Amino acid sequence: MNPPPIEIHDLTVAYHHRPVLWDIDVSFAAGELVAIVGPNGAGKSTLIKAMMGLVPLASGHVNFFGEPSVKRRSTVAYVPQRGSVDWDFPTTALDVVLMGRYGQLPLFGRPRRKDKEIAVECLKKVGMLEFAKRQISQLSGGQQQRVFLARALAQQTSVYLMDEPFAGVDASTEKAIVVLLRELREQGSTVLVVHHDLQTVPEYFDSVMLLNLRCVAFGPVETTFTAENLQKTYGGHLHLLTEVGEKLRQREWRHRNATH
Amino acid sequence: MPLIESLWAMLGGATEGLPPWIEFFTFSSINVIHVVLGCSLLGASAGAIGCFSFLRKRSLIGDALAHAALPGVCVAFMLTGTKNPLYFLLGAGASCWLGAVSVDAIVRYTRCKEDSALGMVLSVFFGVGILLLTYIQKTGDAAQSGLDHYLFGKAASLVESDVKLIAVVSLGVLGALVLAYKELKVISFDPDFAGAIGLPRRLVELMLATMIVLSVAIGLQAVGVVLMAALLVTPAAAARYWTDRLNIMLMLAAGIGAFSGFFGAYVSYLSPKMPTGPWIVVAVTSLFLASLMFAPRRGVLSRLMRHYRFRKKTARENVLRTLYLFGERADNWEQGYLLNEILHHRLMSTLELRRALYRLERNGLIVETPDHRFALTAAGVHAAARITRLHRLWELYLTRKLEIAPDHVHDDAEEIEHIITPELEKRLIADLGGPQWDPHEKHIPPVGGVA
Repeated sequence: MNPPPIEIHDLTVAYHHRPVLWDIDVSFAAGELVAIVGPNGAGKSTLIKAMMGLVPLASGHVNFFGEPSVKRRSTVAYVPQRGSVDWDFPTTALDVVLMGRYGQLPLFGRPRRKDKEIAVECLKKVGMLEFAKRQISQLSGGQQQRVFLARALAQQTSVYLMDEPFAGVDASTEKAIVVLLRELREQGSTVLVVHHDLQTVPEYFDSVMLLNLRCVAFGPVETTFTAENLQKTYGGHLHLLTEVGEKLRQREWRHRNATH
Repeated sequence: MPLIESLWAMLGGATEGLPPWIEFFTFSSINVIHVVLGCSLLGASAGAIGCFSFLRKRSLIGDALAHAALPGVCVAFMLTGTKNPLYFLLGAGASCWLGAVSVDAIVRYTRCKEDSALGMVLSVFFGVGILLLTYIQKTGDAAQSGLDHYLFGKAASLVESDVKLIAVVSLGVLGALVLAYKELKVISFDPDFAGAIGLPRRLVELMLATMIVLSVAIGLQAVGVVLMAALLVTPAAAARYWTDRLNIMLMLAAGIGAFSGFFGAYVSYLSPKMPTGPWIVVAVTSLFLASLMFAPRRGVLSRLMRHYRFRKKTARENVLRTLYLFGERADNWEQGYLLNEILHHRLMSTLELRRALYRLERNGLIVETPDHRFALTAAGVHAAARITRLHRLWELYLTRKLEIAPDHVHDDAEEIEHIITPELEKRLIADLGGPQWDPHEKHIPPVGGVA
């Protein structure tokens, strides 16, 4: 059997000795469209960043296609939160999308004509071709989000990790993103989306991962997205877990083999 | 260069040689060439590389590093006893690097944030540097004379070996920048993404830091540690006003840096007692101020002009709407009204009203009758109907869609009527289902007509 596209094994992440994610152990199959849902500070973004190797792991490991994530990182497309960059940067929409090709280019190698064609194609796919030459600060929030998605598409991979792509976008962009997500699923891609709008979860996604410092539940929306599980995720009965974490931070105890 | 000399003679200048401020431009003295070349090159490389610290919002790092270079220069002199530029470069580089590592370490292992770490490193290193410098000067070593130029810079003291080193290093930095353009760009825009696509983030950041350190180190003798940061930060800040493309911004910043370096060298040549650093700062800051004021779109002047034009347009449209209301009330579109009648209805200064009327008349929207009354022309009625339509459509939109009380919507519509585009107007009409009456039971003039 083929190894799963994403396999998270006993993952724990800590900031300043305080664990913010505990023992995440889950794997995602090809063609799976997953919403990652949980309250503020539940560690949703941290989970994505940990998978991409952007924050150090306290323990556990992440595999992409059966290999350590660091090795296969370039086969995974990452869509950061829109607010994580300065949109006043002097560059165009097309240039940002072209950055999606950088991972496939050798160090110091220049993008070729083929890369530009792919970038143009991806801009077209998100309906942004007419804004290709626009400076990115002159795009609306929804358009900026589309540019980020196009950049991920330009990576031409089959695993997508998206951090709040629906945050602060207009209705037409939301629709366009949904269409895009379904298309990716049809192509057999694995797509993980950090999502904040509980109402649309059943409509947009197949599976859901309920997260609050640990993985509360994971499975098909019909069986997992239940009132009981939501109560567990949002109910706030995690005092013990937070308190222990706080203790670890204060004493600066090493959590397992943590280095940070 | 005989051309310049003959030009000077034509202008009636003295025949006995050129005055220094012109002689400079003949580049006949090899010394002048050294100084100009050295300062322009280091200005170009510092200006270009500074764009990346500027865009990463870490402009202060250049200032801290420049100050941190001083102890390195002093130690290099104490160890070797000579003023060999290569040793100085190595010394400055080493102590800059130590400064950068200290900033990193302070941020990582203490509660201090980056700004306080930069402040600490800057002052401690600079303090130690001054201490060493004073000590060296006290020894009375003849070779040490001129070491104090490293504080404020002295371009005139550059000799061939200095310039060679500056040329090699600055061209190397510019070359590395071209080579790693793609990496530097993505790491400045979105460092997390750069890491996610497997770019060696640490390596690129180290490379950028090295390029900054080198640009600082070669500028020390000509510009001085105190003001070197100006050549890193200000060209980038100035260039940003003129363009929205990174590659053009880099070239502009390099050009601004090169010109400022050149200008500092020029002053330094004319008046050897002048320190070069401050004059470079004067040049680069003037260019920055000029950009701030005159750049298209982003500049202050262009913004003021836009604001001014909008105010004029608003005034004209307000006059049109007032005349429309008069016409509507009297059900007579040909009648003219006196200045005072308009002023009575619409709060504006007489001067403003006169200017608005003048423009409206020139545009054929208004005619002045012999008895100094103002009436709308046919085109004027059309334009006035449009403004009134927009005003009433917006009032209706607010009451209907946002459920705001009808007596609260007028002030908002007063503003919005001036900014609604024809596309928005169409959408408003469609959204409201082609309405006839506004919330105050006033008729909404249909497109292309009056009430």
